[in-house]
Amino acid sequence: MYSNEPHIETNGLNAYYGNIQALKNISIVIPRKQITMIIGPSGCGKTSLLKCLNRFFELSPNTSVTGEVLTDGENIYNPSIDITEIRKKAGLLAQRPYPLPMSIYDNVAYGIRIHHTRPRREMDHWVQHYLEIAGLWEEVKDRLHSPANNLSIGQQQRLCLARGLAVEPEIILGDEPTSALDPISAQNIESRLLDLKSQYTIILVTHILRQARRLADYVIFMYLGEVIEAGLAEQVFNHPQHERTQAYLSGVF
Amino acid sequence: MKTKWKPRHIEETIMKILMIFSFSLIIGSLGWILFTILIKGLPSLSWAMLTQTPKGGYYLGKEGGILNAIVGSLYLAAGGTILAVLIAFPTALFLSVYVNKKRWAVIVRLSLDILWGIPSIVYGAFGFLLMLAMGLRASLLGGIITLAFLEFPIMTRAMDEIIQRIPPDLPLAAYALGSTHFETALHVITRQVIPGLLTAVLLAFGRAIGDAASVLFTAGYTDHIPTSLSQPVASLPLAVFFQLATPYPEVQNRAYASALILTILVLGVSILSRWISYHLDRYSIR
Repeated sequence: MYSNEPHIETNGLNAYYGNIQALKNISIVIPRKQITMIIGPSGCGKTSLLKCLNRFFELSPNTSVTGEVLTDGENIYNPSIDITEIRKKAGLLAQRPYPLPMSIYDNVAYGIRIHHTRPRREMDHWVQHYLEIAGLWEEVKDRLHSPANNLSIGQQQRLCLARGLAVEPEIILGDEPTSALDPISAQNIESRLLDLKSQYTIILVTHILRQARRLADYVIFMYLGEVIEAGLAEQVFNHPQHERTQAYLSGVF
Repeated sequence: MKTKWKPRHIEETIMKILMIFSFSLIIGSLGWILFTILIKGLPSLSWAMLTQTPKGGYYLGKEGGILNAIVGSLYLAAGGTILAVLIAFPTALFLSVYVNKKRWAVIVRLSLDILWGIPSIVYGAFGFLLMLAMGLRASLLGGIITLAFLEFPIMTRAMDEIIQRIPPDLPLAAYALGSTHFETALHVITRQVIPGLLTAVLLAFGRAIGDAASVLFTAGYTDHIPTSLSQPVASLPLAVFFQLATPYPEVQNRAYASALILTILVLGVSILSRWISYHLDRYSIR
């Protein structure tokens, strides 16, 4: 079904908030180095699914997860696995950017320092490198040591991208990463994500259909905690197989 | 068009006048206090006052200084602050992290607010009773313990507010980068709250160093600098009080000089806390 080899697979994934089931028996395949977008109406479980992929779901109180999530064939819900390694491998871009309470430079250097991914003496080089990839370098190169929270919200989101990339992930998860941004900043993030697709597996949650049409290689449509339809973007958008998908795409709900 | 004297404009004008009045009252009284202690204290302020303990006849106007009270006050306030931090920080963590919105927390916060409002002479009397029960005399230790009681509610409530204001998504941002809980606490949460916590500590320190009533019975007064916790100790507020109570004008003027020293110390502490919040707090996420 997919041209690229799978990077993440879920088998019979169920997730619960207390007694409420947020995800019902999800079995999907996410291809490597492509943009997969999860769409669906509010409360359908898009974000819950995304948060199960880096074990963020369990950070909310009273939650439980059953089933498997295989990243590179390894079940990340295996109790013996190191959670920090999973989160290093799958970086998360949140809905609203949250810089760390430190300078712009230290925000990017943070991940390199905790994971020792680069030698300390090359730090300046790598901080510049990741800020360049995120398209922020030119705007901040003269004030690298000023507080990160002085940046505009659009710049903060690109800083969060640079910070996430500095950890050297293989997967980028985005939870509506442009929804808090103005149109120009949103466009900026979108074009960054398109650039990054050749090196990273990108999974984005969005409620903006037009954004999904612009970015997606693959689409997963969810409704009430279930995956209704998944496949190539072109196919899902132009020839949806399921009634609900058709209704959603034509704006019935 | 006659828009000037509509009722809401009159209301606005009255409120504005009231605010200007209150503002002037506060600035005016601060200015007056500073002016008084400067005019009366500055001529008596000498190097000897800062560097010597009282010699025989000091309270009759002869030579000596109030080094005993300066050092005593610093000992008392520093000791009380350290002791209060040891109790206040865990309490604030417990309040804001473990029981934040539960009924328990509401009761504890209410109690702390009441404690904050209790006059310091009550703390003095309470500390005195406590010392009698423990078989202690008026001493540095007694003063430190009483001041710790006085500082505890101020510090706890201030720290509690600071910790509660950590944005809940901030630790998540650190976890998303693969931080452990410890790394998140050490590098992210600590950086976020340290400026606020330091300000809380200095606020309580400022209150303790200026308090007379709570150390009156519990720390005593002496002309010597104490060399152990069980010895009595002098303090600046009491130095002001005792010197002002003498019938000699020279000694009374030294009381104003002592008040000036105390004011400068307290001012120094508040400027320091401002400086900290300006320079460190810039990085905190709001």
